Amino acid sequence: MKQQTLHGEKVRKTVMSVVLSVICIIYVLPVLTVVINSFKLNTYVKTDTFALPIGDMWAGFQNFIKGMTFGNYPFYKSALYTLIITVLSTALILLFCSMAAWYIARVNSVFCKVVYYLCVFSMVVPFQMVMFTLSKTADRLQLNTPWTIPVVYLGFGAGLAIFMFVGFAKSIPIEIEEAASIDGCGPLRTYFKVVFPMLKPTMISVGILEIMWVWNDYLLPSLVLDINEFRTIPIHIQYLKGSYGTVDLGATMALIFLSIIPVIIFYLICQKYIIKGVAAGAVKG
Amino acid sequence: MQSILETNEALAAEAAEAPSAEATVRESLEAKAKAARERDLKGYKPPRRSLFKNPLRRWGWLFLGPVVAAFIIGFVWPFIQGIYLSFCSFRTTSDAQLLPAKGENLFGNYIKAVTDPSFLHSFWYTALFAIVSLIMINVLAFTVAYALTQGVKGSNLFRTVFFMPNLIGGIVLGYIWSMIFDGILSYYGTSILMETKFGFWGLIILMCWQQIGYMMIIYIAGLQAVPEDMMEAAKIDGATKTQTLFRVVIPNVMPSITICTFLSLTNGFKLFDQNLALTGGLPFIIQSDGSTIKTTEMLALNIYNTFYGSNVAAQGTAQAKAVLFFILVAALGLIQLAYTRKREVQQ
Repeated sequence: MKQQTLHGEKVRKTVMSVVLSVICIIYVLPVLTVVINSFKLNTYVKTDTFALPIGDMWAGFQNFIKGMTFGNYPFYKSALYTLIITVLSTALILLFCSMAAWYIARVNSVFCKVVYYLCVFSMVVPFQMVMFTLSKTADRLQLNTPWTIPVVYLGFGAGLAIFMFVGFAKSIPIEIEEAASIDGCGPLRTYFKVVFPMLKPTMISVGILEIMWVWNDYLLPSLVLDINEFRTIPIHIQYLKGSYGTVDLGATMALIFLSIIPVIIFYLICQKYIIKGVAAGAVKG
Repeated sequence: MQSILETNEALAAEAAEAPSAEATVRESLEAKAKAARERDLKGYKPPRRSLFKNPLRRWGWLFLGPVVAAFIIGFVWPFIQGIYLSFCSFRTTSDAQLLPAKGENLFGNYIKAVTDPSFLHSFWYTALFAIVSLIMINVLAFTVAYALTQGVKGSNLFRTVFFMPNLIGGIVLGYIWSMIFDGILSYYGTSILMETKFGFWGLIILMCWQQIGYMMIIYIAGLQAVPEDMMEAAKIDGATKTQTLFRVVIPNVMPSITICTFLSLTNGFKLFDQNLALTGGLPFIIQSDGSTIKTTEMLALNIYNTFYGSNVAAQGTAQAKAVLFFILVAALGLIQLAYTRKREVQQ
């Protein structure tokens, strides 16, 4: 009897493995389709989407070469701008929001409470609510370049970051900071030498969430940046499709393929942190 | 007799006095201890008050300043201005005029917004989309998470693959899937832009593909936190697998279900990038009064199109729509939370 149930369990697990593997393959297919089509001649992309690029359809690296200057805008530039914006914004958010969150956690004033609750409130406000006024304000304050747009990201993204940092900073025992301050550390040194290192796990979680948000964000930069001069990858891809009557699908797929590669590399390297960070960010509800 | 009585009384009085005497001694001891403590503490103040907090308090401009300044630029000011502008007639933010000053109804923009057929259509379309995607994403994500926590071989690999689409941006996702759907539909001589139902189910499939991995992670965390002894107790009591699932596992992962339903509902309502990239709202139908309704246009895209569309006089209406949209999203989140929190297992 027992033998039988054990056997049943084994069969069940094998079946489950097979089913999951099939789903897994289906899951990867869309990305594979992109890869296939980036090596296919444009005319065949629409008619033979799922065929392998062999024989007549093989385009070699023609799509990639074409894609580099496609849409009258060099692709490397948009990749570079996306990188600059993502790195600067994430760095700004991590530094200033953690400082502010520590202050809020340790100083019990009305102003701190107001800032904190405004931050929590800002998390439920959809971007469309502030879209128009924010883009006008950013324009007037000259925040419309890749080097200044991080300020806008810091302002609009502060909510989640502060919320997560305050939650963690409150759990840090105050005695450590007291010891530092008795040893003669000023608040600034206490923060950078004592608190900052302890905030590391939350830094990683918040950093991952912000990187994922900023790198993929389309609407905010498209409204704030000067589109003719600065394009991020999502803006560039959107404009390829939008501005031309007939779209060169092969070249578009080549660019999409190129833009996915860094994301997947980033994911495979930091997978553990990404999954942890996402799980931590979800608790914000 | 008398003396005995007196002695008794005295004894009783003494007995009654005894605890109070004890209390007096305790009080005096405590007072002494307190005085001693205070003597010891003279010239030394507890660090929590003076050594630590006050210096930090003076550094507020440095610690809070940058964030508060950016927060005002990036959120507080645009938000307040946005509410103000929803009662105005304007082209840009600088020429705004309150509607009554132009002899119109103060709520004119809101009236135009709620009577706009394209807005109403996008509202119902979005609501339907949000509910269908909520159910599908959560059921599928829970099933996958449940399967992955049963000790199947290679569950780490599966988890990695299922989560991967989350990192790809909405615009890119939209184009990947529009190519795939067009590739399939071209065999039937049609395209995703031709029919509303293609756009609807296409977007559902896209969102499932993207979001299942995310929700799955939250469910796995919840499932791993189900107390082992409860599962054992259920097994000993002879519960079947199904009974265990519905009576033990699901009530215990209720917090995760709260978070996931909340997230997928608001995600569904706020969806923009994927909608724009997959169909852009197409196809459209022309109304009898000449206005058009884009049938797969969701709320966020409708607001965007009203702002930056061909009709430049409609920006007040667009801002009013945006305010209504904000109220809707915020309210939905709160209702959802209040409702599901009640059903959580009391710990």
